[in-house]
Amino acid sequence: MMQVLFYYMAAVTVVSSVLTVTLKQPVYNVLALLTMFFHVAGLYVLLNAEFLAVVQIIVYAGAILVLYLFVLMLLNLRSDARHMHRQWPFAVLILGSVAAMLVGAFAGGGFGGEIGQYSTAYIDSLGGDTQAIGLTLYTDYLLPFEVASLVLLVAMVGAIVLTKKGLVDDQVED
Amino acid sequence: MELAMTVGLAVFQIAIVMGVVLLSVAYMTYAERKVLSFMQDRLGPMEVGPYGLLQPIADGLKLFFKEDIIPSSANKLIFAIAPIICLVPALIGFAVMPYNETYAAFGGEAGVISDLNVGLLYILAFASVGTYGVILAGWSSNSKYAMLGGLRCGAQIISYELALGLSIVGVLLLSGSLSLREITMAQDGGFWHWNILLQPVAFVTYVISAVAETNRLPFDMPEAESELVAGFFTEYTGMRFAFFFLAEYANMILVCCLASVLFLGGYEAPMEFLNFIPGFIWLAIKTWALLFFFIWIRGTFPRVRFDQLMKFGWKVLIPITLANILFTALGVYIYNN
Repeated sequence: MMQVLFYYMAAVTVVSSVLTVTLKQPVYNVLALLTMFFHVAGLYVLLNAEFLAVVQIIVYAGAILVLYLFVLMLLNLRSDARHMHRQWPFAVLILGSVAAMLVGAFAGGGFGGEIGQYSTAYIDSLGGDTQAIGLTLYTDYLLPFEVASLVLLVAMVGAIVLTKKGLVDDQVED
Repeated sequence: MELAMTVGLAVFQIAIVMGVVLLSVAYMTYAERKVLSFMQDRLGPMEVGPYGLLQPIADGLKLFFKEDIIPSSANKLIFAIAPIICLVPALIGFAVMPYNETYAAFGGEAGVISDLNVGLLYILAFASVGTYGVILAGWSSNSKYAMLGGLRCGAQIISYELALGLSIVGVLLLSGSLSLREITMAQDGGFWHWNILLQPVAFVTYVISAVAETNRLPFDMPEAESELVAGFFTEYTGMRFAFFFLAEYANMILVCCLASVLFLGGYEAPMEFLNFIPGFIWLAIKTWALLFFFIWIRGTFPRVRFDQLMKFGWKVLIPITLANILFTALGVYIYNN
């Protein structure tokens, strides 16, 4: 049962990712990407990571992709020139060789890497993946977490400064 | 056999919950018309059945038999699926709503369709997916009113979803769980244990953002009939129009149900000696009281302007909710030590 679900999720993820970059109508690309996010969330559920799955949907589908859709609607793009950039043979060459290497590696028995310390049994002993993520994020990875939030804050302030620049000069009396 | 039991139990509960929700949606439209009428010194629907009680059924039949028109310049595929994208998230949230204490049924335990350990986030996630239906409906209609309605709705929902999510965080800090059942159980033993007493600010901000989330007056800019005809569903007719209608009312019931669970103790009775009344009746009473409040707001306040709405969301509600989280976290920390 799990295997069937996994292959379904994985197959749809791959197909919708390909559709995201190949469909011609920009709104369809966004919808394909949305499908992809949902199926990646499904993969997280199969790994007992419900919190990650839900956050994946809230953050990517609920916030980021909606803004993409917003911008696309306002621009109303007609996408003809975007497709088949003249350098596409190079792209095919590079991606093809990377794909061949990956297939070769997996056919040869995977990468033989170590299994991480956080097994599903260990996560259950902490009381679920919500607790596990909270604990690791705010103890082991506290500094990277804070740095990441600071970087995001800087980006936010930067975006506001960039958009407000013209407005402040034009409307002095406001 | 075990699998059959589990599936049977799930189907049984889904049938009950969906039946109640859809019936409530139908009678919510009736209640809204009646309450508004009484507030405006009118009688409201009186023709179909005694006191107009069969009016929602007549309305449903009418919509069902209406012609389904797809505008010739619309994007047909997206025009067709947008109402479904809107309706499904509104209904799917009821899957994690604990409607009663656990009781035995079909050899298992019932009381909630699926007691997800991230139930609250699950509802928020699907609420945000509903936005797609609205935006896509506005875009695919290829009409300027629908487009403007869709854009307004998108901007409004994204802004107020933040305030909604942040108001909930205080409750999470108090109960220490994302499961709606555990949040309810943390509030048992009388109304003085309810979260509304510990989180009054969060309750107020939650209700305000919930009104904005569901596009209700005075925040119904996406469908402001005096400026945008009907907003994002201007071009829709028949059943597809009914889907948007259902989604809007189902969303209202969902946010009110969630408010009852988070702040008003869900299915718990307000006093110990009232425990003989079953839990689902308490949940229904609390939800309908909040729904009445929604209608009351609609009958009382004029529509605000869109820039006022945005300013209020970002500059008033979000700072208040953030301050509330800070103080709640401090309080919980001090109390625990």
